[in-house]
Amino acid sequence: MNVIYNDLVIRFANVNGSGSASANGMFTKALFRMGIPVSGRNIFPSNIQGLPTWYEVRVSERGYLGRREGVDIMVAMNAETFVEDVKSVKSGGYLFYDNTKPLERSLKREDINEIGIPIAALMLPEFSDPKQRSLFKNITYLGALAGLLNIEFDVITGMVSTQYKGKDALIQPNIRALEIGRDYALEYLDGPLPLQVRRCDQVGDRIMIEGNAAAGLGAIYGGATVCGWYPITPSTSLAEAFERYANQFRVEDKTGQKKFAIMQAEDELASIGIVIGAAWNGARAFTATSGPGISLMSEFLGLAYFAEIPAVVWDIQRAGPSTGMPTRTQQCDLISSAYASHGDTKHPLLFPSNPKECFEFGALSLDLADRLQTPILVMSDLELGMNDFLSEPFEWDDNRSYDRGKVLDAEDLDKLDVFGRYLDVDGDGIGYRTLPGTHPEKGAFFTRGTSRDEFAAYTESPDAYQKNMERLLSKWETAKTILPDPEILSSKQKVGVLYFGTTAYPMPEAQDSLRREGISFDLCRIRAFPFNGEVVSFVNDHEVVFVVEQNRDAQMRTLLINEEDFEPAKLISVLYYAGLSMSADVIQKQISDHYEAKKLPRLSEVSK
Amino acid sequence: MTFVLKPKTHHPRLPLNEIGLTRRDYEGSVSTLCAGCGHDSVSAAIVQACSELSIPPHRFAKVSGIGCSSKTPSYFLNKSHGLNSVHGRMPSVMTGANLANKELFCVGVSGDGDSASIGLGQFAHIVRRRINMLYLVDNNGTYGLTKGQFSATNDKGSTSKKGLLNLYEPIDLVSMALQLGASFVGRSFSGDKAQLVPLLKAGLKHKGIAFIDVISPCVAFNNHVGSTKSYEFIREHSQDVVNADLVLPNSEITVEYEEGTSTQVPMPDGSLLNLHKIDADYDPHDRVGALNYVQRRQEQGEVVTGLLYIDPEAGDCHEVLDTVAQPLNALNEAELCPGALALDQINQSLR
Repeated sequence: MNVIYNDLVIRFANVNGSGSASANGMFTKALFRMGIPVSGRNIFPSNIQGLPTWYEVRVSERGYLGRREGVDIMVAMNAETFVEDVKSVKSGGYLFYDNTKPLERSLKREDINEIGIPIAALMLPEFSDPKQRSLFKNITYLGALAGLLNIEFDVITGMVSTQYKGKDALIQPNIRALEIGRDYALEYLDGPLPLQVRRCDQVGDRIMIEGNAAAGLGAIYGGATVCGWYPITPSTSLAEAFERYANQFRVEDKTGQKKFAIMQAEDELASIGIVIGAAWNGARAFTATSGPGISLMSEFLGLAYFAEIPAVVWDIQRAGPSTGMPTRTQQCDLISSAYASHGDTKHPLLFPSNPKECFEFGALSLDLADRLQTPILVMSDLELGMNDFLSEPFEWDDNRSYDRGKVLDAEDLDKLDVFGRYLDVDGDGIGYRTLPGTHPEKGAFFTRGTSRDEFAAYTESPDAYQKNMERLLSKWETAKTILPDPEILSSKQKVGVLYFGTTAYPMPEAQDSLRREGISFDLCRIRAFPFNGEVVSFVNDHEVVFVVEQNRDAQMRTLLINEEDFEPAKLISVLYYAGLSMSADVIQKQISDHYEAKKLPRLSEVSK
Repeated sequence: MTFVLKPKTHHPRLPLNEIGLTRRDYEGSVSTLCAGCGHDSVSAAIVQACSELSIPPHRFAKVSGIGCSSKTPSYFLNKSHGLNSVHGRMPSVMTGANLANKELFCVGVSGDGDSASIGLGQFAHIVRRRINMLYLVDNNGTYGLTKGQFSATNDKGSTSKKGLLNLYEPIDLVSMALQLGASFVGRSFSGDKAQLVPLLKAGLKHKGIAFIDVISPCVAFNNHVGSTKSYEFIREHSQDVVNADLVLPNSEITVEYEEGTSTQVPMPDGSLLNLHKIDADYDPHDRVGALNYVQRRQEQGEVVTGLLYIDPEAGDCHEVLDTVAQPLNALNEAELCPGALALDQINQSLR
């Protein structure tokens, strides 16, 4: 038998609220513990119970963590989507289903393999309670898959024991359900299949965590003490993670009192208002939201930009416009975030690509906001925020100190003859600020969203207004020098690819596939807006630059053209915005098609 | 225009407060509001109240929204920081400011447009949250800066300066504050300094949210016959119910009241709040009773003023959140960052 190891896509079709998430999560974690690179994605409805949900797992010994088109194994446990699910199986793939009721003839496909297992029937004699039967169904198919794919059984049973520690009565029935599934697969089915997993050593010391939890932890490490937030998918778990970690790490030993304040506000306007008020008063503060929240926060973001108050906003992007597809992923808030608010307003953006960067930006964004005295928007998305991903372990240097930016304390003020809040003393466009209550005589000023002079006094003087607006532009230039650099992989190709955020997951695979087609290119992963000199040089140094992004309107390309005056024809869009995460296949096809259409030379042709 | 600084010299015999400062040390810059604007009287009352309380003049956090009222934080307490935020959003900004540093005295100034229209939601929610602050509404029933449109507190049946009839029901912020659980609710009149100043002092000393609706006539757009927010109308129709007088620790009680009409409320800092009841049957500790009373009198065309409700024990948001004694903005890396070792353990738990 010709066995393929550690390279498959398996999709679980379930009903949401049926307890399947736990079994599916264990499947992924088991492979992770066997040292196999794996990524799992929830494709879920905006609903609490009863609607279809899918969980798709990519297993790849080569380490590809992005989505790949085509389902090798479909675990079809939802009658409602069964027809659609059968269709989505790749030719030669496997359909795993509960054959307690036989498969309808019309659904039979000659080109795929059926694996029927009578789960419902197997559960009947074992569990008398119907609710238990339904719950253990999930564990049973997990057991069967362990048999079919050759997953190390003790890895799974070990996880069951850990998961139900303290609720020991649940351990035995769970293990029993696993065994029922596995035994059936080995006795009655042709398990293991020619598609299998096996222990390898490709995970290293990596960890597995969702981006939102990493970001919440980063905010803890970065010293955030105030979080104002409003529940919105897919950002909610970020504020919740912050609170969870805060209760773990920010409680004073002797008093049990808290070194943080988290406030679930009445809406996103209040969330950002709380952040701005807290930051004005010297606390590190942040909020987490999604696209609709950015729209609501816009007026306040303009105030913080113009009045120069630090703020950190995490935007966990979801498919828009309007309510859009609230449980699907996109990178669609770039323009609304970069230029949020009326008037000439712009904000630095950060683009994390993995949980480790979420952790790092969770802390770094607070430094940057203090240093630049302006809102920093961190542009994550549902894909990264709500799915567990393999990640390099988090690191923290205990010698690192927070950059609180230019803040004068009472001693500084005593030494100072003249204090002007908006005086550009250092020539970097950033003035010195003071915090309320610092000094009995000096340094108090009035912060306002109206025009003012360098001493924070209200003015309608055309010169003073324009000078201030120009200073803000000079600060924008300073931002370029301190925001995270892009990550560039260059072998001096003529073609370059710009990408950012979660497109980093499919990109290595797309690059490998295209290379096999004779298409080679350099890569530049943008990590911040405004673009720094390295991004500009990357575009200038390449004849053709593909800009890969997950939205319809090529928003990153628009930012590049708008801010840097690049020749539009040079920037070719590669777009995907249907709400799933971008797959390597999409990138490969669109770049390949462009080569075809423009008759661009491929390496194989050049060498001919 | 740029704002005008007041001369720093003052009369040599101006009285000094307990920390050796005069009233002038609590002033702000020169007001740019219209001559005779009620808001300027409110600012003057704030100056007097803060000075009499002998709070260091830099230990306030002033936050406002947008509108004539919201300009006023420039006109008092120049030594404190102020933040003129966006329309109707003072409450959320003040929430953040208070969470960051609970040691500062928080003074939020808003108006009827700011709090009863665009900011009604934020008003409601800061009351629920019990932020420790003095929440003032300079209530004139009109949009002054945009030249005299009706605001949401304008009474049905009153007329605009141009003679238009207001056809909509008014929002009474005092009733709302009572209903939403504010632990200190008062109403006063900018023209009644004798009532307002003690009320402000009590509000500043109160722990939790102290809401005061100050009827503050707009001389430019809402001070005519037919207005129910004019100087004349309020003088004729306001009805004192309970007047407050804050007695600081170690000072003598000088005002004497008729027996049975005066009660004393101990304040968190050791001062005493003397409540002088003009209506002997009124109970300022009965929230539902207060709500009923205010609305009944309103039905009869009267504007009830004074300290209408107080619960000195209610506490504030920091108590709810159980935050540490130190202000959150004063905590440093050592107190906030769990460090590399803890991170290693987290990494380990995620494998």
